[in-house]
Amino acid sequence: MKAIVNVYLKEGVLDPQGKAVHHALGALGFEDVENVRVGKQIVLDIKADSMKAAEKEVEKMCETLLANTVIEDYSIEIVQ
Amino acid sequence: MNVTVLQFPGTNCEFDTKYAFEHLEQRVTIVWHEEEMIPANTDLVVVPGGFSYGDYLRSGAIARFSPIMKAVKSYADNGGYVLGICNGFQILLESHLLPGAMKRNENLHFISKHQYLKVENNDNRFLRKCEVGERLNIPIAHAEGNYFIEEDGLKALYDNGQVLLTYCDREGNPENPNGSVANIAGICNKEKNVFGLMPHPERAMETILGSADGIRMLEGFLS
Repeated sequence: MKAIVNVYLKEGVLDPQGKAVHHALGALGFEDVENVRVGKQIVLDIKADSMKAAEKEVEKMCETLLANTVIEDYSIEIVQ
Repeated sequence: MNVTVLQFPGTNCEFDTKYAFEHLEQRVTIVWHEEEMIPANTDLVVVPGGFSYGDYLRSGAIARFSPIMKAVKSYADNGGYVLGICNGFQILLESHLLPGAMKRNENLHFISKHQYLKVENNDNRFLRKCEVGERLNIPIAHAEGNYFIEEDGLKALYDNGQVLLTYCDREGNPENPNGSVANIAGICNKEKNVFGLMPHPERAMETILGSADGIRMLEGFLS
């Protein structure tokens, strides 16, 4: 199965990339954008007995390596 | 003094660091990251600058799991002195040997220039040869030097005298090249044996290079 991990800077932690993209969109005339956050997506092909087991394992990976929980939040989606 | 300088795939300041300490007439050994032991009689471990593992995922995130870092952790836990410079600082943050985290520079630029630093605290081995309030001219070169720590953590850093260096201009007025919280350029741990800073003192060892202020910082470690 596949695990899709999204990592973003926490709310309240200034996101310099998001700010730059927001600014650029504004300069291009997309003035209705109120806020931009830029994150990263990590896609894993993973062997697991169940979706639940996969999610648990990926959560461990996030806490250990994939996210820096001092400044980042993550979300995990498991798909067959 | 015996100085051990670590080397990861992507490290590029190990020889500058070796040169700097040899300039101070110390013995320097470069140790590959797959080693599991810090050489006996090491008086100082330096985690030098560069781009360990290409800075993939986050700066320092992968280097943290190199075998040698386990040895560095127990070395530090036993009171050994550890200095992290630039990418080395990032690795120490990712290893939780120092508190906080590093983000990309606020203006998203890679910054490479000389920068003045203000000595905030000299009650430690690293800056004991410097005066509080003194300004040091030291090069910076980084894309991710935007130091972040939440409010309580920042207060603890100040309460414990862990804020060592802040960015300033030539006159000592606060300046902030990268967006760092409280203009912080360098910190230490509570026990004051683990130090991290973004600027490169090892690149400021001779006036012909623009500054020799790095000497006073590094010679603090000499006994």
